[in-house]
Amino acid sequence: MNPLDWTNDGDGITYQCCRQCDSRWYFQRGFCPRCGSSNPTTLQASGIGMVHARTLVSRAPTEEWKAHSPYLIVMIDADEGFHLMAHGSMELQIGTRARARFIALAGRKIPYFEKFQ
Amino acid sequence: MSFITGAGLTPYGKQPDKNTLDLMSEAAASALADAQLERADIDGLVCGYSTTMPHLMLSTVFAEHFGLNPAYAHAIQLGGATGFAMAMLAHHLVDSRVADNVLVVAGENRLTGQTRDSAIQTLAQVGHPVYEVPLGATIPAYYGLLASRYMTEYGTTESDLAELAVLMRKHACMHPGAQFRTPITVDAVLESKPIASPLKLLDCCPVSDGGAAFVVRRVPGNGHAVRIRGTGQSHTHQHISAAPSLTQFAAGASVAKALGAAGAELGDVNYAAIYDSFTITLTILLEEIGLAPRGGAGRQAREGHYDHDGPLPLNTHGGLLSYGHCGVGGAMAHLVEAQRQLTNRAQNRQAGNATLALLHGDGGVLSSHVSLVLERVA
Repeated sequence: MNPLDWTNDGDGITYQCCRQCDSRWYFQRGFCPRCGSSNPTTLQASGIGMVHARTLVSRAPTEEWKAHSPYLIVMIDADEGFHLMAHGSMELQIGTRARARFIALAGRKIPYFEKFQ
Repeated sequence: MSFITGAGLTPYGKQPDKNTLDLMSEAAASALADAQLERADIDGLVCGYSTTMPHLMLSTVFAEHFGLNPAYAHAIQLGGATGFAMAMLAHHLVDSRVADNVLVVAGENRLTGQTRDSAIQTLAQVGHPVYEVPLGATIPAYYGLLASRYMTEYGTTESDLAELAVLMRKHACMHPGAQFRTPITVDAVLESKPIASPLKLLDCCPVSDGGAAFVVRRVPGNGHAVRIRGTGQSHTHQHISAAPSLTQFAAGASVAKALGAAGAELGDVNYAAIYDSFTITLTILLEEIGLAPRGGAGRQAREGHYDHDGPLPLNTHGGLLSYGHCGVGGAMAHLVEAQRQLTNRAQNRQAGNATLALLHGDGGVLSSHVSLVLERVA
């Protein structure tokens, strides 16, 4: 079964791993950006990580997003060793451990991180 | 060897009756006059892009409109780093004898040629179309993210950031072409409308209409020449999600290459022109390049270190934050001001001893870096 991927309307986060050099990355492609090996593995991430950076967006880009502002965008340092951008609950601070669930917002599915002990 | 022998700059702000080609033409005519050259002298043309006039071939559209028949022409795109990348390219073109006299030009009615929402959405596209933009992210949000991390690691405060907005406004008040010429205070910056924390409205550069141009030649000629002594670039990523770090960027490597090519040391620099799309951008660049200690840029600004009569005059025209930002022309205004300073023509803003200038621009989200070292011609 293919891993669930929020960018494809699934309730999950995927990442890729190189079979040759063990490099890990987030943006999907058909080769390793470090060593060039083809056929990387696509894996399901745990959805758990640490908040690396945060910003509360008050000036939204579109009418659709203005209805939800302000909203917190976070950069997550995923346990599997890659970074991803996501939404998060307001209590998240840099260094907070967090876990993703998946919510519908502004007409699409997005990862939403909350505090996790 | 190459020289910037003339430069032109329009006022920035609202220019509702001018389109991209009008603003490019106005700046180009001004640069030719400053270089004491005619259209027929120009055999190379390098231009940027315009979000209000997207075109596959902007350079030849402009050449036809303005009345040039260059032997070499094209447009380039590198976000905010485009202006200095064009200067670097022109330097190498004349140095390698592809062309003798290269006109570099950009302009855009970015403010009045589209709605503000449209501008914000267009610019957000430097983010990833699948993994970032669908989250409702904006350029200020990308910079807000790295600001939160940088400030945590180095202890920079929101008041420190505000000092740089205050400084750029103070400088803009001395330039008749600047978009914003009313002094502001640190408190006014801190109390301005929240945009993407920790960034408030006055931490962000405006959207502007404007144009800028300059001429790069192999000889100094009869214009107002400054020597391009060294250039460098470095690129680590496009998207912030793929950045190797949110606190270490490629500015240091880019500047090291430019200084190496110039055979100069950072300590020799006595005028600085540094990209300032946001107060955090200017802070990080000053500190990574080594012009300010980590966490110290705001304090130095408050103490007058970067004033036009201080030890290291910085963006004396007011920078993107207060002179304005019309896209590619944004950073080119920094270059025009550096040329004015190095040719002793900055009037009331003239720095006491501007002989060697370091220019640094970034594109994307501190993704693409270009640096230039310019020198006064004796």
